[in-house]
Amino acid sequence: MSIYINKDTKLIVQGITGKEGSFHAQSCQKYGTKLVGGVTPNKGGQQILGVNVFNTVKEAVKEVNPDASMIFVPARFASNAIIEAAEAGIKLIVCITEGIPVYDMLNAKSTVKSNGARLIGPNCPGLIVPEECKIGIMPSDIHKKGSVGVISRSGTLTYEAVYQLTKLGLGQSACIGIGGDPVIGTSFIDVLEAFEKDEQTQAICMIGEIGGCAEEEAAEFIKNYVTKPVVSFIAGLSAPAGKRMGHAGAIISGEKGTALSKMQALTNAGVTVCKNPALLGDTIKNILNK
Amino acid sequence: MKIHEYQAKELFKQYGIKVPESVLCEKKEDIEQIIKNFSVPCVIKAQVHSGARGKAGGVKIAKDYQNALKYADEILGMELVSSQAGAKKVNKILIEQAVDIDKELYLSLTFDRANEAISLIISSNGGMDIEETAKTSPEKIYTELIKDNFNPLETVKKIGFNDSINGQIINIINSLYTLAKEKDALLVEINPLVVTKQGEVIALDAKINFDDNALFRHDDILALKDEAEENPYELQAQKDGLNYIKLDGTIGCMVNGAGLAMATMDIIRLAGKNAANFLDVGGGASSEKIEKAFKLLISDKNLEAVFINIFGGILRCDFLAQGVKNAIQSLNINIPVIVRMEGTNKQEGADILNHSGLKFTVVNDLNEAIEVIKKI
Repeated sequence: MSIYINKDTKLIVQGITGKEGSFHAQSCQKYGTKLVGGVTPNKGGQQILGVNVFNTVKEAVKEVNPDASMIFVPARFASNAIIEAAEAGIKLIVCITEGIPVYDMLNAKSTVKSNGARLIGPNCPGLIVPEECKIGIMPSDIHKKGSVGVISRSGTLTYEAVYQLTKLGLGQSACIGIGGDPVIGTSFIDVLEAFEKDEQTQAICMIGEIGGCAEEEAAEFIKNYVTKPVVSFIAGLSAPAGKRMGHAGAIISGEKGTALSKMQALTNAGVTVCKNPALLGDTIKNILNK
Repeated sequence: MKIHEYQAKELFKQYGIKVPESVLCEKKEDIEQIIKNFSVPCVIKAQVHSGARGKAGGVKIAKDYQNALKYADEILGMELVSSQAGAKKVNKILIEQAVDIDKELYLSLTFDRANEAISLIISSNGGMDIEETAKTSPEKIYTELIKDNFNPLETVKKIGFNDSINGQIINIINSLYTLAKEKDALLVEINPLVVTKQGEVIALDAKINFDDNALFRHDDILALKDEAEENPYELQAQKDGLNYIKLDGTIGCMVNGAGLAMATMDIIRLAGKNAANFLDVGGGASSEKIEKAFKLLISDKNLEAVFINIFGGILRCDFLAQGVKNAIQSLNINIPVIVRMEGTNKQEGADILNHSGLKFTVVNDLNEAIEVIKKI
């Protein structure tokens, strides 16, 4: 069993003819992901990376029947790309694009929901099931198949955690970046639920950051439903209030969204909260060896 | 993006929300002329991006011309120190007609992240003490999520006014909602919204925050940006396409990715120091961009050291090393530079730094970085 994707997942890439789209589509393909096509309006009929480019997702669905779509469309068009994928019947939509307006995302999210699809992101590194399938922009070679499930709101900080794990010989069942925006498709809770059910996953590494209350909600869920050990790091303990720290969602508003309140909630839920990100890997190793 | 009160009030007018008569003044030499042509009593209001202006002495009511002149002269050019935004120079004042206040309300529409919807917040205890009301009597603040078929009447009735006033408040709520959706505002706040002794409902203050990601479709809003309100380092960073925030510490840091950048600030704190900035150079930075970023960092005179922490994915370590090398060669830098590089082309990057003839402290992981920073 694996989380959301596996070695048979058929992928299309929306925005495949762009610089980033083609670079990462190729990297996923090299990793072993079954790339079956791409979509770029007005570029239908071309070929790239050995697959066909279609004008619309609908055409791609008809011709190559994909399970998932990865989106690299520029921010101003990205919410429409999500809507197009959901309405065409794609069940897993991974949106890498950063900078989509909040109200556009509210619209897109409701369409995703009414079509019974799952959206990961936006503003995320994507997801990877090591040695099976990669749908995202993470560096491939730091990953290793194993039993730690990784969930994160961040990109490079996730790579840091994965790198520490792999260096210690600890592989991952799946690594999922849920994204740094205020409105995202898949929450910590969704992924925690999937990791709890997954037989391969023996421990969970959850990386949060300041802003919003997703970590507090996740803590509540862990307390009630997660039996596997969870280790967490929350970025932004030293961040000032009221300033947006890079990610659109990473802002402390008033007394809400602080790293301290998140760490407190997680500790109360029985999570091992790691204050030093340099020790994430070691902490998980110790827990797995208990 | 934030705008000034006077700009927000212009937008309010466009959406049919009543505001008092007012004139903007930007120069000391214009004060006399403007006030002579204005009526008293009036209110002199500092135009800075900050809340709690009243408590900081940036808002004063003048009963006569003499006081109006005096207050205007005091406030224009003053250094306004507020609990919310620190010290800010007042470059503009708004001279506004005073109104006969019967009751001060609080009204806002704000994007509620937890519920992923716009929420209406209203209270009959508005004015300067809304934060206090929120703490001591939260039951006096009513909140309602705006969903399909939203009708604010029930909520508005709770604050206990007559039908005429309720009707005016509902119209204002509807206008604010239209404004928020049309202009991509994530917060529109009126505090106080006043009911006058004549039974009119008027916005005495106006605060709007816009979604930065949506500014591409609102040239009119973008034109309202006041560069004088921005930190000069941050303004330069925006022009260079960098994600930079000035902080108070002494260790400059340069990182790729927002999450890792925050974690790096936390690591500096663990080593007993504080970060001088947040800087995310982004995914696909070129060596030119790295050079610009490094120059920006080093322009901060309070630095004790620089810590570069890069996890190369899309960003290649050799590009990073080249950019840093170029920047250091063209500047005269005599503080320690600590570099931690991991990921794509790590070895090539290390070679560039090692053969540069320049002095770097290269660390292999974050723990080593903490140890080195401790010794600074």
